[in-house]
This record gives sequence, C-alpha cells and structure tokens, in this order.
Amino acid sequence: MNTNMAVCIAVIAKENYPLYIRSVPTQNELKFHYTVHTSLDVVEEKISAVGKALGDQRELYLGLLYPTEDYKVYGYVTNSKVKFVIVVDSSNTSLRDNEIRSMFRKLHNSFTDVMCNPFHNPGDTIQSKAFDGIVSGMMVQTA
Amino acid sequence: MESLTLSDVEQKYYSDLFVYCDTDNTKKVASNGRVLDLFRAAQLPSEVVLQITELCGATRLGHFGRSQFYIALKLIAIAQSGLPLRVESLNSVKDLPLPRFVVGKNEAEARHAALYQDPDSQGLYPAPGTAVIPRPPGRGHQNKKGHPSSTSLPVHEVIQPLATTIESQPEPTSPVVSPHQSPPTSPHSWRKHKRQHSGGNAERQPVVAATGAVWTQFREPQTGPVAGDGMWPSHSPPLPGQESWVSFTADTPPSSTLPAMHPSSVQESTTIRTVASAATTNEIQRQSSTYDDPWKITDEQRQYYINQFKTIQPDLTGFIPGSAAKEFFTKSKLPILELSHIWELSDFDKDGALTLDEFCAAFHLVVARKNGYDLPEKLPESLMPKLIDLDDSAEVPEQTADVGYSASPVEVTPNKSPSMPSLNQAWPEMNQSNEDTAIVHPVPIRMTPSKIHMQEMELKRTGSDHNHPTSPLLAKPPELSEEAKLPASMKFVAANTVGDGYSSSDSFTSDQEPITRQRSQSGTSPEALKVVAPPPPPPRPHPSHSRSSSLDMNRTFAATSATGQPQPSTIAYPPAVPPRPLPTQTSVPLTGHRVEAESIPGGAAVLTTTSPQQIPQQPNFADFSQFQAFAASEQPSSLPEVDKHIEPGQGDKPSEGAGPLRTVKSDGQADERPSATVNSGAKGSSGPLAPPPKPVRRRLKSEDELRPEDEQHGPQKSNVIAAVLATQPSIPRSVGKDKKAIQASIRRNKETNTVLARLNSELQQQLKDLLEERISLEVQLEQLRPFSHL
Repeated sequence: MNTNMAVCIAVIAKENYPLYIRSVPTQNELKFHYTVHTSLDVVEEKISAVGKALGDQRELYLGLLYPTEDYKVYGYVTNSKVKFVIVVDSSNTSLRDNEIRSMFRKLHNSFTDVMCNPFHNPGDTIQSKAFDGIVSGMMVQTA
Repeated sequence: MESLTLSDVEQKYYSDLFVYCDTDNTKKVASNGRVLDLFRAAQLPSEVVLQITELCGATRLGHFGRSQFYIALKLIAIAQSGLPLRVESLNSVKDLPLPRFVVGKNEAEARHAALYQDPDSQGLYPAPGTAVIPRPPGRGHQNKKGHPSSTSLPVHEVIQPLATTIESQPEPTSPVVSPHQSPPTSPHSWRKHKRQHSGGNAERQPVVAATGAVWTQFREPQTGPVAGDGMWPSHSPPLPGQESWVSFTADTPPSSTLPAMHPSSVQESTTIRTVASAATTNEIQRQSSTYDDPWKITDEQRQYYINQFKTIQPDLTGFIPGSAAKEFFTKSKLPILELSHIWELSDFDKDGALTLDEFCAAFHLVVARKNGYDLPEKLPESLMPKLIDLDDSAEVPEQTADVGYSASPVEVTPNKSPSMPSLNQAWPEMNQSNEDTAIVHPVPIRMTPSKIHMQEMELKRTGSDHNHPTSPLLAKPPELSEEAKLPASMKFVAANTVGDGYSSSDSFTSDQEPITRQRSQSGTSPEALKVVAPPPPPPRPHPSHSRSSSLDMNRTFAATSATGQPQPSTIAYPPAVPPRPLPTQTSVPLTGHRVEAESIPGGAAVLTTTSPQQIPQQPNFADFSQFQAFAASEQPSSLPEVDKHIEPGQGDKPSEGAGPLRTVKSDGQADERPSATVNSGAKGSSGPLAPPPKPVRRRLKSEDELRPEDEQHGPQKSNVIAAVLATQPSIPRSVGKDKKAIQASIRRNKETNTVLARLNSELQQQLKDLLEERISLEVQLEQLRPFSHL
C-alpha cells in the first residue's frame, strides 16, 4: 500500500542544508532539489506563524506546503527544527492526508533511529541503510 | 621446464605464496624481491636458492612467473627435505612436505609459510575478499606481533610439516563449505587465516605474514593438545592481550570448536580485538564450515564479549551507553560507516544503548567484519538479543539445535548454509511470526518515539534478565523459550516496530490515528451537517393568499372597486383579519352541515372563546345573521339593513370606526354578490363556506377595528348578540334560500376564477414579452461585446 507514494523525500537540517535527498526519477533530480529548497521558505513561514507563544503545541505535520501543477509538496518539522519534505505526484490523487502523515511518522522514527546511532554525528549526511530502506519503501516504484 | 604436478595442498600453498609475492598485483609475476626473501626464509643456503632459481627458469626469464614460482617452491621443498635439487625430482618426489619458510628475516614469509603449512584453508587465501586476514588494530600492531612472535617462536618447531598433521580443514572464509572436521590444529591456523582474511584487504600480505607468525604459534600447541592454547602462552610476551588470550584459550576446555574467544583480560581493546577477531573469525569460519550458523556466537566468544561488556558496564543487566560503545568499537578501526551500520543492526530496540546481547551482537559483527565478512543487511537470527540467549543454553552440543532452538520462530536453521542470506531469510519469517503475536503489544503503547523507547527500555530490562548467559536459561530452555518468546515477542514487537521500520506499529498507530481521525471526521461531519441548519421552512403563505375566500373577496372588491389592476396583494386587510377568519372558518367548516344557526352561534361561541377579538365577531355574527336574514330575504337591502343595524349599534363609534363601517356598508351595498355570497355562505355551510365568512369577516374586521377603537361595543355587542340570537331562529328560514345563495356563490367563484385566469394569462404574456426582450438585449450585448474587444 505504501510502496507507491512519494517522488522525492528530503531531510533538511536545522541550518537548512540537506541531510538526505532522494528522488525516484533520478533524472530531474535537480528539479526536485530546487523544489525542496523553495519549499523551505514555506516551512519557515509556517513555523514562525504557528510557534507564537512557545511553539509547544505546534503541530509537527505542516500539511501541504504548496501545490504545483505537477506535484504537491508536504512538510513536516520536528521539534529540533529538522524538516522532512515529501514531494508527491499530483496525479496520485489517491493519497490521503493520513497516509502522508503516516509516511512522515515513519520518516521521523527512522530518523530518530539514525540519530540514536552513536556513530552518527548530527549534521552528517544520513548514510544509514535502514533509513535508505525505509525511504525506498516509500518511493514510487517506477523502475 | 617440465610440467609440475602439485597436490592440492601444494597447489593452494603455492598459489597463496605466489599471491603473497605478487606485490605488484600482477597475478602473473612475483616480485623478485619478495620471492628472494621468501627463498631466503626457506633457510636454504644461498647457493641453493640460486640453483633453484636457475632451475625454475626464473633466471632465464628474469622474473618469477607463476610456474617458475611454483617450481621454485617445490624445489625448495625438495631442498629442505634434503633431496638433491633435480628438475626431475619435481614430480618424482612424492609426499614432499611443503616448503617451509622461516619467519626469520621476514615475518611475513614465515607466517605465510606457517600458514601454508596449513593446507586447505590456505587455498582460500587467494580468494579476493577473504584472502587477507585483517590485522585488526593495524599494521603496526600486527608487525609488532609479528616480530616478537617471529623471534619468540621456535620456528622450527612451528614450521612443521603440518601438512601431514593437518587434514582437510574447514574452509575458513570462503562460502564454499569445505569439510570442517578439522583436526584441532586446523582451526588455529584457520583462525589465523581468518584473521588475515578479515580486516583490510590492503593488508593482505603483511597480514598474512603477521598472522603467520601467530599462526605458527598456534602450530606449537597444535602438535600437542587440541586447544592451541599452548601457542598463545608462547606468544604472550609481545602482546599482553594475546597472553591473556592465550591463557583464556588454555583455560577453556577445548570445545568442538576451537576456542575462538579470547580471554577478556585483555585490556587493550586493540589487542583484544585482534585476538578476539582472530578467534572469533576462526570460530565463525569453523562454524560456517560446519554448516552451522555462521553468525552464531560460541561460548568462548560469548564469554569474551561478556567480559568486555563488564569492562564497560559492570552490571551485566545494564546498558552500555552509546558514547561508550562508540569509543569501544571505534578502536576496532573499522570505518565509521560500517560501525554505524553495525550499530543499526545490533541496537535492537533502538534506544541508543546496548544490552549485553546487543553488545555481543555488535562485537560479533565487528569481528566478522574485521575478518572479511560482509555485514548483513539485517541482523542475523543468532545475533538477535533473545535468540542469543537460547543459543547459549545449548550451544556446545548441537549448534544446529541451538540455531533451531534460538530461531524458534523460524525453521530455517537446519538448511542454513554459511551464507548470510539464509539468515536473512529466516529473519523476515521470524518477523512475520513475531509480528503476529507481537502486534498486540505495541499498538496501544507506541505513540511517540520517546514512548517507544521507554517501552523498549522496559522490554529490554525485562528481557535482559533472560539475557544473562548463566541464567537459568540454560537450565530451562523450554520455559525460557516460552518466556523468552513473550519478551522476545515483545522485544521483537518493539524491535519490529522500531527496527523494522516501525511498519507494524506504524500500521497500527496509523490505523488508530486514521480511525480516530475518521471518527473525529465522522464526528465532525454530522456536526457539520448539523451546523448546516435545515433550510428555513418556507415562509408561510400570506394568510391573505392562502384563503381562496380572501381572494374571492379581493377579487370581487377589486373588480368592483375598479381600482385598476386586479391584484390581490394590493388589497390591504387589517392584520386582524387573519386570526379572525380562522376561528370563523374553522368553526364554520367544523360545523359543516350542522345547523347553520348552530354553526353561527358556534362560530360566535368559538369566536367568543378564542379571543377577545372574536367577541366583536359576535356583532358580526350578528351581522352575519343579519346577512342571513338578508340572504333569506335575498334583498340587498338587508345589507343596508344590516349596516344600519350596525350603525346604530355602533353609532357611538368614532368617525374612524364609522368610516370603515361605511365602507363596509358601501361595499356591502355596492356589491350584492358578496352579500349574497355571504348570505349563501352563511347559510350554506358546505362548499362556499369561505365566501360567506368574508363579508362576515369584513364586517368583523370593521367591527374589530371599531372594537379596539371604541370600547363601547359592549352594549353594541349585546345588541349584536341579541340580534344574532334573534337571527338565529331566522336561519332555518333561509335554508330555502341557501341553494340560491350557493348557486350564486358558485357563480361568483367561477367569475372570480375566470378573472384570475385572465389575469394570469395576461401576466404570463407579459412575462414572455419581458423574457424575449431580455434575450434580445443579451444578444445585442453579445454582438456588441466582441466589437468592444476589437
């Protein structure tokens, strides 16, 4: 069920540099990189808008950041200002909000596992195979 | 050169030596330097070496090709055995021991030689990935070990024609399973090989050399007791770790598998690691060769791991924090990436800390990696926290049994080949089986990662009790299996939830959440629906329109009044009209065909009872009765009479009251039909009951208007009542005239109908005209619009 979802998944660090980017159509990767980068603005905007008092109650799931004609971009931010961005194909209309949320949840859990690894230095790119596996499981099975 | 026939042992040995000498990695030519060193290590007189070189044809060629090298080696063996060097003797000499090379000048050679005296496994060396036993701590260390070992080794003793003693040996590292009923000695050498194999491939030759030295040490005891422990003591000086390792191995009873574990007393993690890795890798190899779970941890290994664990965390049931583990494993000099991967595999519950089992698994993986095994993608079953305990319980006797036992949920163990993938296959099966049972647990708990970790911590703590190697697990494996299964399942559940990508728990939580969301959504939907208030009920039709009778009255009056367009809505009736007709109409219809006289009084009574407003109707009633009387008389004059009657009754009324009264009177006078209808209606209860009330209503209305204005209707009322009462008896008299009244009313209604119909048609026509105009206008607009665009 969840094997055909995202077209691109990215993890961006607090300082807004990417920790992990993976796209399924390996061509056109640059386009997705650019999309993710532009979506960061929307993420920042949402963060600043919601986190007024203390940001404690801020919802981690940001929802649809912005739709383009080809795809939709969803955002999720952790409490440590690490952002997850998922780009899905617009033609994939069967995707429900709950499914996106579950994808983000899985990403977050995998990311937590990676962070728990003492051999992983925060700020390094994520090279965990387990994380790769999870991400691959969520990507569109085009090839 | 004559063809050289080599035995298998020799072949392997030679090929490995050649590889060793092939520093340039040409695979065809052995570097002269190395070769010469090797030859020198053979402890042959230099002239002999020269002779050999000439014989093998290297002198001619100027380099040592593979064949030349082999020939040279064989000649060396011949020379070492004391036979004269003859080309012919290359093939004639049978049972020639392998050439021996002393680890004198070149420890590598010595070791190599020693290694190669271990026939079978050596053949594996050429194998690319496994050829080099890793020097765990590093070359320096290795060399250090090598040199001392070389010096300390009674080389000659070591360098024995182990070929004779060594029989088929289990394949150390290659996945091909070779007969592993290796003699006790083989594992040692094997181990050495393992050590060489694991670790950096780049260190092949030196590693070979280094391990060769150690291996030679092994050799010593090999001749003796099974456990090559004796070797270790001899080797102890250079490495305290080795010494301790040796002692450890000496201590441990020679198990079926050679003590691969090293004593934990080694303080230096590097040395320990070296030894341990060697031991463990040998162990691993041995295991693999025995078709057992290559990832299984033997007792010695486990004991070693446990001891190591103690150095970091005295409490065996406690955890090793991630930082400490990181330091520890970083000493293994494995690349961080691999260590990271190992961590991911071994940290079963993903809590950032290692339990004893996890630590053992991690250590085992490190050892394996250093010995050249590729890291599995998933944690092998035998390394799983719970399973390892089960392994301990019955490890020694039957490894397969252990594996099967440990892998209780999976029956893959029997056919397990040394290859890792088989384990991986078992892993998913176990996952599935565990998931089924374990699904129950994490579902409600796992909501957030922190919570998961907490839960897993709990599980770990509960499970760690079982993890104690010497716990009663050994004593009660069956119980443990069940007990362990539960915590294992829990753990696996947690692990599955955590380790396996949170799939199951994710599904559950996600299921929960969507469900809750759906519920919430569903909850909101009805709310939303509720929010959508039902459309307001259509406004009640204007009472004035609802009553056909009123329309009739309107029509009639409108037509008669010639006010212009017959529009019922224009006729404004006093608001008091609606309520009044109700009681009257209701009363009248209710009464129905009852005695009209009764109906009237009933209506009057109703009027009186319903509201004070109805009281004034009594005078109307009275009027009505007057109308009836009038109708009975069929004389419009009755109206004036009535009016007159009214007037006197209302003479006191102000002019305002009289005004409407007069109008009413005038209307009544002007229009005979209403009166007739009124009369007829008054009398004819059936059918046109509505019309009759109209004039009555009108009267009533006027009366009402008059009433509020003038409260002196009391006496009038009484008069009206009296009149009504008086007229009551007159009602029966007008029955005869009712038919006519009814017919008149019918005619009147028909006329009003026709008038209305005409009006309707006219309005429709107007509507059509307007629509046509509109369409034409729109067309013009459309025509104009494009021009505007131009």
